Amino acid sequence: MTCLPSQGGKKLGLVIDLDTCVGCQACVTACKEWNTGGHMAPLTDIDPYGGTVDGVWFNRVHAYEHTTEMGGRTVNFPRSCLHCETPACVTVCPTGASYKRASDGIVLIDEDKCIGCKLCSWACPYGAREFDTDVGVMKKCTLCVDRIYNDNLAEEDRVPACVAACPTSARHFGDLGDPLSAVSQLVAERGGVDLMPELGYQPTNKYLPPRAHTQRAASVPAPALEPVRTEGGFLGWVDRMLSN
Amino acid sequence: MHPAFSVVFFTTATGAGYGLLALLGMLGGFQIIPPDFWLGFIGMGLALGLIAAGLLSSTGHLGRPERAWRAFSQWRSSWLSREGVASVATFVPAGLFGIGWVALGKTGDWVGIAGLVAACGAVITVCTTGMIYASLKPIAQWHSRFTLPGYLIFSAMTGSVLLNALLQGFAVGSKMLLVACLLLTLLGWGWKLATWRYNDALEIPTTANTATGLVGGTVRSLEWPHTEENYLLKEMGFRIARKHSARLRQITQVLAFALPVLLLSATFALPWSFAAVLSVLAAIAQLSGMLVERWLFFAEAKHTVMLYYGR
Repeated sequence: MTCLPSQGGKKLGLVIDLDTCVGCQACVTACKEWNTGGHMAPLTDIDPYGGTVDGVWFNRVHAYEHTTEMGGRTVNFPRSCLHCETPACVTVCPTGASYKRASDGIVLIDEDKCIGCKLCSWACPYGAREFDTDVGVMKKCTLCVDRIYNDNLAEEDRVPACVAACPTSARHFGDLGDPLSAVSQLVAERGGVDLMPELGYQPTNKYLPPRAHTQRAASVPAPALEPVRTEGGFLGWVDRMLSN
Repeated sequence: MHPAFSVVFFTTATGAGYGLLALLGMLGGFQIIPPDFWLGFIGMGLALGLIAAGLLSSTGHLGRPERAWRAFSQWRSSWLSREGVASVATFVPAGLFGIGWVALGKTGDWVGIAGLVAACGAVITVCTTGMIYASLKPIAQWHSRFTLPGYLIFSAMTGSVLLNALLQGFAVGSKMLLVACLLLTLLGWGWKLATWRYNDALEIPTTANTATGLVGGTVRSLEWPHTEENYLLKEMGFRIARKHSARLRQITQVLAFALPVLLLSATFALPWSFAAVLSVLAAIAQLSGMLVERWLFFAEAKHTVMLYYGR
């Protein structure tokens, strides 16, 4: 049923730190690598070695220039499904293929029921869903549902592939329905925000804004370089000749 | 939004078809239109033909059309599913009405009731189509108070102009219907102008700032995540040049509204054969104009995901 389940306590999701994300795309490739063989497989690529390459990805990293009166800075911005609490992508689905799990809040697609009408992708303001033209069904982030509960993996690997891959720990996974969880406390501490809160989708995933600019520059112990002294004599004459 | 021809044709054809069906059901069932076999046969054939062609065209938009039957299941939450249920359910009273009115030559009684039920079904189906678009929050041009009434007005307008062409063709046209056609076309014209005016002045609270959670200042897209076009850009990133949009709006106004108003006005004063030809021309012009209007409805709609791409 595409009616939303009554909200349980558990809300699994991601917390993404825009301060430490360096835009290396490791999460993007790790996601593609895992998920092209995972729950929503395949993540089809069309014409992968041609001039009009296209394909399905669950996670895309944008780069923005944020300019305020404090100055400008580059912000790398990973964009993926936010596993909203009121996901219109689920309620608009005519077939029941899209659903939100009552047990942990993950939004998934049953590929065998999807008719590929694309309405869910229109209903998602964040562009989280991508259509697989080859299979004819919609695809989206599964929060690596086939990793996080996977008993065959070591305990520390039971996190989404993007989280496991991040070299700067800019991605955190946990239960955002539990105010005492590490991710919830991180959100509280850093002032984590919802994306497009005015639309009322109540995303589960939170973004930690970049930390404020600081005047405290790191001290450099090496002496500053001195300007090069003008050479006199024969070498000075050669230098002047060659510089002309 | 990408104006897929299957959906542009689907909404225009079913809009006109349901409009005509609703009018035939109400007027035919209660003998306001004379029961004539060929009139009924062509009229019901045209209405149901437009509806069936539109519905078939819409399945062309699907990635897995063979599973289309599944779309009848989620009517409790999905306007698209409700549209599917309402459109198919309307075929039952419409079929009964068609058999009674056309094949048996009966009016009133159960035929009249079937006609009325079919008319209600037609109106409900058009409402569900309008709500599919009106309920989508990420597309501000659709998520407005203009969308649902627009679908209903255009359905009534195209349906009445089609019915007028049909009745004039059978030399049973009525001045009342002509007046109704003119008023509905003028109403449609006004509604479309008001809608464009509203959309052009639209300022939405969603910006690149709220999309990224970055507060204050300006947020400029520096680099896209990919170098080639992806599904999002192809489906949601359709853009139309302002000059093309202005020209197409003019074409819409001429074909869908101005020309039909002129042609229909002229039929008042003309003898039957001319009146019939002009009425048919008015219907053809209006339906062509509505195809352009519906193409623009998609092409001019902007989706919030494009904020992430700096568009």
